[in-house]
Amino acid sequence: MIQFTVEDRDGTRQMLDVPEGFSLSLMEVLKGSNYTVLATCGGMALCATCHVQVLAGLDSLPPAQDAELDMLDTLPDSDFDSRLSCQIRVDERLEGGIFRIKGAEQ
Amino acid sequence: MITTDICIIGAGPVGLFAVFEAGLLKMRCHLIDALPQVGGQLSEIYPQKPIYDIPGYPAINAQTLVDNLMDQIAPFHPTFTLGERVETLEKQDDGSYVITTSDGTAVRCQVVVIAGGLGCFEPRKPDIVNLEQFEGRGVAYMVKNPEQLRDRRVVLAGGGDSALDWTIFLADIAREVTLVHRSDTFRGAPDSAEKVFELAQEGRINLVLQSNITSISGNGHLNQVSITAKDKTVTSLPADNLIPLFGLTPKLGPIADWGLNIDKSAISVNTTDYATNVERVYAIGDINTYPGKLKLILCGFHEAALMCQSAFKYVYPSQKLSFKYTTVNGVPTF
Repeated sequence: MIQFTVEDRDGTRQMLDVPEGFSLSLMEVLKGSNYTVLATCGGMALCATCHVQVLAGLDSLPPAQDAELDMLDTLPDSDFDSRLSCQIRVDERLEGGIFRIKGAEQ
Repeated sequence: MITTDICIIGAGPVGLFAVFEAGLLKMRCHLIDALPQVGGQLSEIYPQKPIYDIPGYPAINAQTLVDNLMDQIAPFHPTFTLGERVETLEKQDDGSYVITTSDGTAVRCQVVVIAGGLGCFEPRKPDIVNLEQFEGRGVAYMVKNPEQLRDRRVVLAGGGDSALDWTIFLADIAREVTLVHRSDTFRGAPDSAEKVFELAQEGRINLVLQSNITSISGNGHLNQVSITAKDKTVTSLPADNLIPLFGLTPKLGPIADWGLNIDKSAISVNTTDYATNVERVYAIGDINTYPGKLKLILCGFHEAALMCQSAFKYVYPSQKLSFKYTTVNGVPTF
């Protein structure tokens, strides 16, 4: 099991357990866990509605690729710890991480 | 006025394939797309990427799929309005519809099919309470005519390429240019970023880094913006124009005002025939939603086929529909 924490827009935190070996993005796991994540573009780093802030564990994540960086650059509310959850594969590197949901609700 | 049987909004793969399914039932189609070319996301965003889940193709290049779809529907002579965004939907007394675009093109049709994919891309707006109140009164999300900014005090916000480019361009035109960026670095084109730092050093622009615009005010027209720095200090700056440049984000656009049931930026449909809550209006492909929805091209193709079987009754109200296989009947053209 991979365990990490998700903070919703209202500040409530919940620990998620994801079995190892599932090839899912963090965005897909968030949607599957009933968080309101629009993910309009379906995971192509185009809409930024799956924007998360990585409050813990940023350094252990694989670095963002150009498409993700370009998109983050255009956001009014992104910061050094911002990522697009659709571009993060859920694997052991997320263990212990804390992710705050930032993307637009509608 | 263009007259057709089915007006398809969106010329992506699903909209294109709907022409084929409609054609088999002798229904003519006109397609409208906001993009200047057909193919939707496939042509615009990932033309050279291979797609692996199109039945019968172990792998197919996205643009090749679009080209093949165009070949497949050619016998049905679809017509196109490209580079125009749909605006209004008006029901006529006989039940048909007239759709009008941003450029005034009007299409009269018996059935409307929304195959709009992600929707259309609109400027992303920063979180400033009364921002919309000043739209057209000093606030704009793009620079249409730089001459209108001559001798004005212009504030730009953003850190992407377009924010950098316009800062450099307007430095020679506007009376005062201020660029506000949340970070202290720019990931945009290194040349442009260097030029912006140079202009700031020469005192030709104001560069306000690690800051966000948090409020704006004015009396009818914008005249001041307030900027909050990372250390929470707030400064106010007189400004005639504010141009937030935070990229584009997909939105439903004017379709959102057509009285359709919308669930999280997607159009709710009945899975029997992908009809919306508005009679004669269907939604297929990525733009619709229903329990179990998968945003896959192949699912959109399936939805197109079922939609056409249902739309037939509006185009040919006095005829009975009999289903025929193309292997038996070939492709009857018109």
